[in-house]
Amino acid sequence: MEINLEESFQKKIDDEIRIEPRDWMPEKYRKTLLRQISQHAHSEIVGMLPEANWITRAPNLRRKVALLAKVQDEAGHGLYLYSAAETLGMTRDELLEELHSGKAKYSSIFNYPTLSWADMGAIGWLVDGAAIMNQVPLCRVSYGPYARAMVRVCKEESFHQRQGYEIMLTLSNGSEEQKAMAQDALNRWWWPSVMMFGPNDDNSPNSAQSMKWKIKRFSNDDLRQKFIDVSVAQAEILGLTIPDNNLKWNEARGHYDFSTIDWIEFNEVIAGNGPCNKQRLKAIVSAWQNGEWVRDAAVAYAEKQAKKTDNKTIAA
Amino acid sequence: MNQKEWPLWEVFIRAKQGLNHKHVGSLHAADVTMAIANARDVYTRRLEGISIWVVESKHLHASEPSDQEALFDPAEDKIYRHPTFYNLPIELKHM
Ligand SMILES: [Fe+2]
Ligand SMILES: [Fe+2]
Repeated sequence: MEINLEESFQKKIDDEIRIEPRDWMPEKYRKTLLRQISQHAHSEIVGMLPEANWITRAPNLRRKVALLAKVQDEAGHGLYLYSAAETLGMTRDELLEELHSGKAKYSSIFNYPTLSWADMGAIGWLVDGAAIMNQVPLCRVSYGPYARAMVRVCKEESFHQRQGYEIMLTLSNGSEEQKAMAQDALNRWWWPSVMMFGPNDDNSPNSAQSMKWKIKRFSNDDLRQKFIDVSVAQAEILGLTIPDNNLKWNEARGHYDFSTIDWIEFNEVIAGNGPCNKQRLKAIVSAWQNGEWVRDAAVAYAEKQAKKTDNKTIAA
Repeated sequence: MNQKEWPLWEVFIRAKQGLNHKHVGSLHAADVTMAIANARDVYTRRLEGISIWVVESKHLHASEPSDQEALFDPAEDKIYRHPTFYNLPIELKHM
């Protein structure tokens, strides 16, 4: 019986039929998806922090409304994804508890500091750019609620990348100091962005199963290569230099070659030793704790209102 | 300390006048006022709608996936419910 369920489940996936919350699914599919979606949701939420750091210091109103709207979008992305995760049987509080306790991971890119205004440009251009590369294929992921959430997310991401690139463009065409700021931001954000695609394929043990289940549609290295290939021309338009001496076009491969990634740094940041891991977690946890009285008050108010309505109904 | 999670709500949006409300997703809110306010912020940041319905998820009842065949397959062979089932002369107009 179990085997039949598994077979017909896989057949649905092979036929590109979406799986919906109440359909039968293997326990491991559910668990893997829960981990992937919740990590993604946490990343959107923690990802608000590095940029929120600059909202009050945006150089003008146009930049300020754009950054504010972008950060608000990221909150929305987190909420779409938490909702999708909840359809797999975990409550919102349980999901948040995993984030707060440090049990759940989020994208390591958000453990780097935002040191200058130019970082808002580099993040929009590169970090949202890498996220888009990762996310577009997920619009066709096999789990219905996740795919629908990703369609919404992807619709909104394009503005994020364009506003970031516009910041880079303005700085690059500005004074010597401004151009240097842009170059410095590119220098610091380039490698962490390249690392956003995760470990090399031969170091990514669960990939094969995830591909078979269509909760991953392209390999880490393929997506990374695509990101690097498109970024080169974008950096050229800015007149900035990508910080990699080994970056050069390989005619035979039809792709750019690039340096070996510093996986020691990557693993250190994942292990919690990046420049801002502690700061980020602390901000998230204290926001949750300081908001507790508000959440409680809202529940108390709702209960009181409900009681009033009940009394009215009885009186009538 | 309150351990109570805000209830879950399903959100339906009418994209424009004349269309029906369509399910767009869910969210948590303490009461209906907050649910509508949150739905506006989460699901209509870019002119996606002109009207919002929210309903607490616990009030939503769904058919069982395992009943799919029993419920929907019987309609499959009832082609006589479609206009093309009927053999009429080609010269017949306006029908
Ligand atoms: Fe996002
Ligand atoms: Fe974004």
